[in-house]
Amino acid sequence: MTSTASSNSKLPPKTSVPQSTQYHRLHSLNWTINWPSMAAPESSTATTAVNNTLRHAFGNVLSFFILLLIGVLAFSIRLFSVIKYESVIHEFDPYFNYRVTQFLSKNGIYEFWNWFDDRTWYPLGRVIGGTVYPGLTLTAGTIWWFLNSLNIPLSVETVCVFTAPIFSAFASWATYLLTKEVKGSGAGLTAAALLAMVPSYISRSVAGSYDNEAVAIFALIFTFYLYIKTLNMGSLFYATLNALSYFYMVCSWGGYTFIINLIPMHVLLCIVTGRYCPRLYIAYAPLVVLGTVLAALVPIVGFNAVMTSEHFASFLVFIVIHVVALVYYIKGILSPKMFKVAVTLVVSAGLAVCCAMMAVLIALVASSPTKGWSGRSLSLLDPTYASKYIPIIASVSEHQPPTWPSYFMDINVLAFLVPAGIIACFSPLSDASSFVVLYIVTSVYFSGVMVRLMLVLAPAACILSGIALSQAFDVLARSIKFQLPGFPTNSEVDAGDSNPITVEAKNNAPKTDKTGEPSKDRPSRKNKKKGKEQAERPSVKGKPEKKRLLVLPMGASILALLLLVLLSAFYVVHSVWAAAEAYSAPSIVLTSYSHDGLHVFDDFREAYAWLSHNTDVDHKVASWWDYGYQTTAMANRTVIVDNNTWNNTHIATVGTAMSSPEKAAWEIFNSLDVKYVLVVFGGLVGYPSDDINKFLWMVRIGGGVFPHIKEPDYLVNSFL
Amino acid sequence: MARSSGKDAQALFHSLRTAYAATPTNLKIIDLYVGFAVLTAVIQVVYMALVGSFPFNSFLSGVLSCVGTAVLAVCLRIQVNKENKEFKDLAPERAFADFVLCNLVLHLVIMNFLG
Repeated sequence: MTSTASSNSKLPPKTSVPQSTQYHRLHSLNWTINWPSMAAPESSTATTAVNNTLRHAFGNVLSFFILLLIGVLAFSIRLFSVIKYESVIHEFDPYFNYRVTQFLSKNGIYEFWNWFDDRTWYPLGRVIGGTVYPGLTLTAGTIWWFLNSLNIPLSVETVCVFTAPIFSAFASWATYLLTKEVKGSGAGLTAAALLAMVPSYISRSVAGSYDNEAVAIFALIFTFYLYIKTLNMGSLFYATLNALSYFYMVCSWGGYTFIINLIPMHVLLCIVTGRYCPRLYIAYAPLVVLGTVLAALVPIVGFNAVMTSEHFASFLVFIVIHVVALVYYIKGILSPKMFKVAVTLVVSAGLAVCCAMMAVLIALVASSPTKGWSGRSLSLLDPTYASKYIPIIASVSEHQPPTWPSYFMDINVLAFLVPAGIIACFSPLSDASSFVVLYIVTSVYFSGVMVRLMLVLAPAACILSGIALSQAFDVLARSIKFQLPGFPTNSEVDAGDSNPITVEAKNNAPKTDKTGEPSKDRPSRKNKKKGKEQAERPSVKGKPEKKRLLVLPMGASILALLLLVLLSAFYVVHSVWAAAEAYSAPSIVLTSYSHDGLHVFDDFREAYAWLSHNTDVDHKVASWWDYGYQTTAMANRTVIVDNNTWNNTHIATVGTAMSSPEKAAWEIFNSLDVKYVLVVFGGLVGYPSDDINKFLWMVRIGGGVFPHIKEPDYLVNSFL
Repeated sequence: MARSSGKDAQALFHSLRTAYAATPTNLKIIDLYVGFAVLTAVIQVVYMALVGSFPFNSFLSGVLSCVGTAVLAVCLRIQVNKENKEFKDLAPERAFADFVLCNLVLHLVIMNFLG
């Protein structure tokens, strides 16, 4: 009896399992260990309770510190570019965001909403307030303003450079919360640690990569977390928070259409598989209404929130869930016979009305040439669409399909753990785990269409791998613990809900010696020393639930544990290497190693500085659209076309000018008031992405609008 | 067949009425509110069909505020209904507070969007 009290400290720690999941079974091969269970004496329940509270407190504190460390890890792994080069903004798009943030910090928010930019797309100009996703700039502007009001004088550039690492720390905490809702806090911590380091996310959120995805991924994961939390708890408060978080996502990135299509898909899946419950209604219906109004508030979305096909799925499922809710309600208040009558009546009458309405809707949608979808969404649904109809979308390198090695480069070991995670989600299958499975399946498809969308796959892969790894560690560690020599015999595992776990030992004579005397309440089991039956035994006090623990052999467990740790080590090494070598290049500064040491090419910034010092403020500069944002931000000169690529004809004009002989090109540029033409040539140092390499795209895009530019004229016909 | 379906419809209608009469008063009040909100939305849609949809944001905000408050009232009804076993440990005051908060957020956004 006394051994029971001392044995409590060696019991396995209770991980917090959400209410909606049941205890999960750990299936192993053929080994079971049987210990006879022992009833707990009354005197030790108090000690048990105190020990449990202590253990929970210790676990919570440990979780908190682990999360803090994960945040620090996520922040610091993205600082390689600042250490190796300098604290500078990378690439092309971030320069536009930086310029907008500068304007916001200088002129305030009202000027920002009403800003018409005349220094780009000359002579058309661009309405910045209505064509930019404001989330990123408003976030960075708020951080800058807040820090300055505390008298911490950080410059706007510093805030912009470090926004992405800060938000990646938030994103890993959001992943912890989401995975905790699905499978428990152990899986949550693993998933958070994996997300902090996954190379795909690092590539778009290094310090200096000041782009929309830096905050959008955090918003995405946080919105999903709040949705799952509402689904699990059925609270309208979390539904409100969910809608607000969805609003932040709409502000941040065009990828918000992923959320507003995935959640209706999940709701439909739950309805179709018979898992409709009132919590599903509370989780979904307020989100649709509030989310649509909030999305319509953002100027760049505006009325598209109710008029484009990207949102129709949510309205359709909104109607479906109301019909289903009504059916369930009527079923609840009628007797079964009357319900059948109701069904026959409604089906016959309602079907006709339904068909009529559907016909009207389909006619409306089919009347628009693209069936209401935008070009980018169409190119996602049909991967060949862009190359046939919209060469600009096809020409962006981020929009190409990924190659197989890029999966291994970007999510590394997780590619192998994801299938294990999917299987772990099915045992048991809850609403939350079915959502995660749906998320990974859709994101795998979309990542196969565009390499840029590997970024959306990364959190899903981390969540599922975290679940798989956590389950594996659970089973292996438990196997080792229960087979350690000297493990107390009459152990009652208090799972906090006071369900004693009967762990049964059989099969090994030496093991039986270790486990001690069998319980006197079950003499029949003493005789079953052999055999592989795994029938359930009633617990001693007749408690309703029990848990069957199956363990693996000791040697195999230790080896498997070591191998899993090695696997994680490979992942960490690869992630750090990818962050340091592959994804930290700022693109405006190039380095090369030759026999006389390190060469740093700062040609881009030198060129823009030359422009800014040697030309007049009003002079117009023409270049290919890649360099538009950088020219306006760093050289402060008016450009003809830039990376926004909203006007295909204007870009085609510049492309035609670049592809024409000198006299024709001079005429075109003169009509646009151009004074200087910027061309990038990389032949001297072997820089591979210069304008000569992009020349055929200029021809194609120009030829798409001006038929006298034909691509075969610019190719050498080497087959004749 | 038409006669038997007519009789069936009458019997169905009667049983629906008796079953609904058995619901508690507070739920009936919520149902009345939902009906009022949906009716207001329908009136707005009919008005738009007559008069035209300019300015569109006013129409959208009007309709969505009615639909939104109806949806929230249905959620409140779900949470307050004593027959729902899932919500038996949720205090009705808490459910009502959530309802008010969500309505506040909805109408703040609507007022901003009204133009």
